[in-house]
Amino acid sequence: MIKHTIAVIVNDQPGVLQRVSGLFGRRGFNIESITVGTSEEVGLSRMVIVTSGDEQTLEQITKQLYKLIDVIKVIHLSSNPIVARELALIKVSAEPATRPEIFGVVETFRAAVVDIGTHSVMVQVVGDTEKIDAMVELLKPYGIRELSRTGVTALNRGNSR
Amino acid sequence: MVTQNATLKSKEELMEKLRQPEVITGSEILLRSLVLEGVDCVFGYPGGAVLYIYDAMHGFSDFNHVLTRHEQGAIHAADGYARASGKVGVCIATSGPGATNLVTGIATAYMDSVPLVVITGNVISSLIGTDAFQEADITGITMPITKHSYLVRDVDDLARIIHEAFHIANTGRKGPVLIDIPKDISANKTLFKPVTDVSIRGYSPTVSPNKLQVDKMIKAITEAERPLILAGGGVIYSGGHEELHEFVKKTDIPITTTLLGLGAFPSGEDLFLGMPGMHGTYTANKSIQKADLLINIGARFDDRVTGKLSGFAPHAKIIHIDIDPAEIGKNVPTDIPIVGDVKTVLQIANLQAKRADKADAWRAELLASKAQYPFRYKDSEDELKPQWVVEMLHETTNGDAIVTTDVGQHQMWAAQFYKFNKPRSWVTSGGLGTMGFGFPSAIGAQMANPDRLVISINGDGGMQMCAQELAICAINKIPVKVVILNNQVLGMVRQWQELIYDNRYSHIDLSGSPDFVKLAEAYGVKGFRATNKEEAKAVWEEALRHPGPAVVEFVVRKEENVYPMVAQGSTIDEMIMGDAE
Ligand SMILES: Cc1ncc(C[n+]2csc(CCOP(=O)(O)OP(=O)(O)O)c2C)c(N)n1
Repeated sequence: MIKHTIAVIVNDQPGVLQRVSGLFGRRGFNIESITVGTSEEVGLSRMVIVTSGDEQTLEQITKQLYKLIDVIKVIHLSSNPIVARELALIKVSAEPATRPEIFGVVETFRAAVVDIGTHSVMVQVVGDTEKIDAMVELLKPYGIRELSRTGVTALNRGNSR
Repeated sequence: MVTQNATLKSKEELMEKLRQPEVITGSEILLRSLVLEGVDCVFGYPGGAVLYIYDAMHGFSDFNHVLTRHEQGAIHAADGYARASGKVGVCIATSGPGATNLVTGIATAYMDSVPLVVITGNVISSLIGTDAFQEADITGITMPITKHSYLVRDVDDLARIIHEAFHIANTGRKGPVLIDIPKDISANKTLFKPVTDVSIRGYSPTVSPNKLQVDKMIKAITEAERPLILAGGGVIYSGGHEELHEFVKKTDIPITTTLLGLGAFPSGEDLFLGMPGMHGTYTANKSIQKADLLINIGARFDDRVTGKLSGFAPHAKIIHIDIDPAEIGKNVPTDIPIVGDVKTVLQIANLQAKRADKADAWRAELLASKAQYPFRYKDSEDELKPQWVVEMLHETTNGDAIVTTDVGQHQMWAAQFYKFNKPRSWVTSGGLGTMGFGFPSAIGAQMANPDRLVISINGDGGMQMCAQELAICAINKIPVKVVILNNQVLGMVRQWQELIYDNRYSHIDLSGSPDFVKLAEAYGVKGFRATNKEEAKAVWEEALRHPGPAVVEFVVRKEENVYPMVAQGSTIDEMIMGDAE
């Protein structure tokens, strides 16, 4: 099934996240990730949703979203070139002996070590989903203690909108 | 004439008075706004969270408030009012249990696109979210079954919200809108200024169709050899029945109307094939399966109409006209989508519509089929047959009544044997199939149409779900004629258990039902019973002559089934025709 990234511009009203996520659940649409934050305009929030399904499902998702009164605009981001980013914080077991190896991984991925404990380090990585997946794979052998990913946020490249 | 002028004047004066800006409470803002929206009747039930609102209604006479005996009665009545009038139905309930009692009615209206404004009270703002006494998150609970909802947080927003709610409920694809008003908001005062304009960013339903798509439709019609129209509730909701009639006349295309579309087209006309679907006519179902062009006008391809989707209308090019873009392609892939208001689309189409000239053989075939396979049943001289009763109701009223039904076999018999010629004469829960709807919805329909005959057809099962509203018929002298087709069982369930579950009758016996005549009389409503044809004619005529509400129980044959029937999972031309001669 094809992955789609869509942006949903909504009125910043209480309950709007519930309306949108509820619609996905109720109608059997898939949510791989969902992020919400402010947008370029006061009073409007921007949700970025990664979903999967065929073209017909995507069309239904779009049309059903438009039925929500608080939805102003639905943009199918991944139909054009996009910049899509996700952030992950990964706490890895790290004894003094393994630290240099871990730092090496961090460096190649242009990630950052943002905290060091006696038996662990916390790594911050920003990138597209694949990059973060790869980073997680590489850190697994050391023992991942905690992991938190934000989900994807995205914008179209250049002037396209 | 004199009196009419007088009321007109006083109505104008009243409106003028209400439009004056004034510092008043949220409750008074609500009442004034309702009057300014043209509301003449609301159905409701008081309680702690709406006490300020009810206090403001003390001695208030600018609209009628009908106190039902259950919130479910109130919302179904508001729904019947809306369906039979085209206006927005309004109901009021308190927080918590009052609000949750509305849920079935809200879902009923949502499924059938009925415009309602539902007002609920809630606990005071500072207690929201604390599990306070009688608190329920009603906006959360009803999110999937409302077109939109509001939780009012500031009394200054109230007038705007009410105006928006009416606008949203009754435009585009219509539906219920809920306004939840915390108790402090209904008590707080502010300067009321009537809101007359509305601008909701992102909400602007497409009314006018894309011209190119309409052209494509016209072309497809001239090319079709077996064209067919499938018309639904959307025709009635848009007020487009006359345009539909003109469209059919101009194109000469045979037409079938869904359950909710009954009345959108005069049933007596040659081109009318009856309703399609699970209990539809032989001819309507066969014609869908043979058609090479299917023009869906304001129907949503419900599974009770389509049967097995993969085998639905296998040869047809599909045209779908709907105000709700999300309906197009939802269930059935569409070749020519036309988004727009049905009335507007047909007005435009009628300017260029031409007769479907290649369809003469098809018309002749369907006409013959229609004559050969009408709805039928085996009549009996010893037992009352429910179909016979419905035919009698039709004959004695010339098909002129507003008929509401509950859900079950009687609903299907009413749809099959009462012939509808006018829109808004048929009130039934199609999408949700809500038992308990039939009787209270008739109360609303009658309030909206004081001068018309309103007949409510119920089963003995469903009648017991909202029978308490007999009280308000008696008190308010609402002259609904309540018909009960008493087969002593949950008939539709019995039918499925017989045909699909191998005669394993599980929990369908309604013994222990009250004596319906006595029940009616206990509420002060006239009660009648008939067990054979002669009695049936006599008591029905007496009930019709009686000026007030009446309950007429027809004791009918228990084992009667609704035919034709399409079993779930079959294509719609695989019909069980039954034992009819
Ligand atoms: C609220 C609700 N509960 C259950 C059902 C399932 N149901 C559909 S038809 C039916 C039987 C109705 O029996 P009755 O009211 O006696 O009418 P009849 O079919 O006998 O005409 C039932 C239980 C329903 N539609 N609505």
